[in-house]
Amino acid sequence: MEECTEIRWHARGGQGAVTAAKFLAETALASGKDIQAFPEYGPERMGAPIQAFTRIASTPISIYCPVENPNIVVVLDETLLDVVDVAKGLAKDGIILVNTADDPSDVKKRLGVKNGKVYTVNATSIAMDTLGKPIPNTPMIGALVKATGLIALDDVIDHFAASFSKKFSPQVLEGNLKAIERAYEEVTVNERLESR
Amino acid sequence: MKDMSKKRIVATTGASTVAEAMRQINPDVVVAYPITPQTAIMENFSQFVANGIVNAEYVTVESEHSSMSACIGSSAAGARVMTATSSQGLALMHEMLYIASGMRLPIVMPNVNRALSAPINIHCDHSDSMGARDAGWIQIYSENAQEAYDNTLQAIRIAEDKRVMLPVMVNLDGFIISHGIEKVEFLEDEKVKNFVGEREPLLPLLDVNNPVTYGPFDGLGGFFMEHKKNQADAMERSREVILEVADEFAKISGRKYGFFEEYMLDDAEVAIVTLNSSAGTTKYVVDELRAKGLPVGLLKLRAFRPFPAKELAEALKHLKAVAVLDRAISPGFTGPLFGEIKSALFDLEKRPRLINFIYGLGGRDYTLHEASKAFETLMDVAKTGKAKKTMDYLGLKEVEVLA
Repeated sequence: MEECTEIRWHARGGQGAVTAAKFLAETALASGKDIQAFPEYGPERMGAPIQAFTRIASTPISIYCPVENPNIVVVLDETLLDVVDVAKGLAKDGIILVNTADDPSDVKKRLGVKNGKVYTVNATSIAMDTLGKPIPNTPMIGALVKATGLIALDDVIDHFAASFSKKFSPQVLEGNLKAIERAYEEVTVNERLESR
Repeated sequence: MKDMSKKRIVATTGASTVAEAMRQINPDVVVAYPITPQTAIMENFSQFVANGIVNAEYVTVESEHSSMSACIGSSAAGARVMTATSSQGLALMHEMLYIASGMRLPIVMPNVNRALSAPINIHCDHSDSMGARDAGWIQIYSENAQEAYDNTLQAIRIAEDKRVMLPVMVNLDGFIISHGIEKVEFLEDEKVKNFVGEREPLLPLLDVNNPVTYGPFDGLGGFFMEHKKNQADAMERSREVILEVADEFAKISGRKYGFFEEYMLDDAEVAIVTLNSSAGTTKYVVDELRAKGLPVGLLKLRAFRPFPAKELAEALKHLKAVAVLDRAISPGFTGPLFGEIKSALFDLEKRPRLINFIYGLGGRDYTLHEASKAFETLMDVAKTGKAKKTMDYLGLKEVEVLA
């Protein structure tokens, strides 16, 4: 199981982190990877801090335990930065992506992480512009694929359209796709973002 | 909606793979009563009912005692019957479990393993199914969602085989497997339909031209003991049926099953024996330790009843030390599986040293760290020939807990 990418999602109940964890896994599965996605099975209440996990690997995944040393941490709600140790167990050269209007270097300082890159994107504002609702999960996926290069943006767009074209109205679908693309463009890093 | 007649690779939960197996089996009767974490299976299945894509008689009842009773009645009538449960639900069914097996009814029931209260806990352990060990049900265990799907399909054939005619419980780990999303391959509807076939009931209660009685009084002057021997003999015959059905299933799926899976076991010196999802996590650690040159292996038990004692002894006899992992405990004894593995090895002239680890009670994590620790202890036992403790716990918090 070499090259297994482990992602930990931090959010509050209702922000769509579990859906995002699942969607990312499904997109990776569609491009031939093995995947896992699962929430932390604690009490699930609207607004309470929750965690979810995604594993993506090019070989079969056989482990059935929580992610302890994530390569990538995604924080959908910046108020969690004061409540939860989001950097806990972060793998060497790991990535933390936070939904905030703040500058990545400020967030890095606030988290006190030494190694690892911090990316930020204002996903809530993007969601308000494109969807009219503060649901940050879809833009965070756009920012995540830019920050990590885990999956191609086109694959995400295609898979999103295929998965939700029946569930969402054309306007809502279009808004989500725009949110993904905008976050992909707008995500910033505490070091200059290498061109991928 | 995707074309469900085709082979599909999907990202889905263990609970929905079991529901999908049930959709493809399309039983005559499905009886439902909710209990976490099983509920997700019946939620999924009830959508198939509501959408009219299955024609099962879907019976909702007021308790698990009633759900098993309804299964018993409909199975005796000649129907192909399924239900699913967990934990307290299985415990509440307990007396009906014996009636289902004693009446030789081929009911198939996925059990999503969950701890028993008290204290209240909704998470995974195997106390529920271990408590039903002697109820006369065939018990099969599944590492992951794929195996839960595959085992559910095979269970129908095993249960209804005329040599067997016994109920089958398919176990999968609560939440870890039932609610985790992973990659699963579903077979074509048509292939499954041909594989499971139709139930040909033996002496159905509704055959009014050939009236029969099920489960009447059978006292001192009767044949109670002979019935019990017949039941035990049927369980013995299920051994060959389990293997035959597995062979046939391999032909349509490419996936091979037996009484157990051996992982890097042939040339191992020490090994872990375990059930369900912990086997997957252990495999990863086996690979890691093998890369460092350590002779470690794994045996994942699939058939717990009937218990493949002879085959287990053969597979484990060359080892220096074996750790049996139990996700349940029999207070005053050890873990239940440990006792059984120990008895399976008793007749060997030269036996491996055996130790027992209790792990994962009430959903306590079994991580790579716990698996590594178990192997570390095993290597030490193999080296010294001695075990400091026969039974120990993995992942226990080092705190004083009020008794």
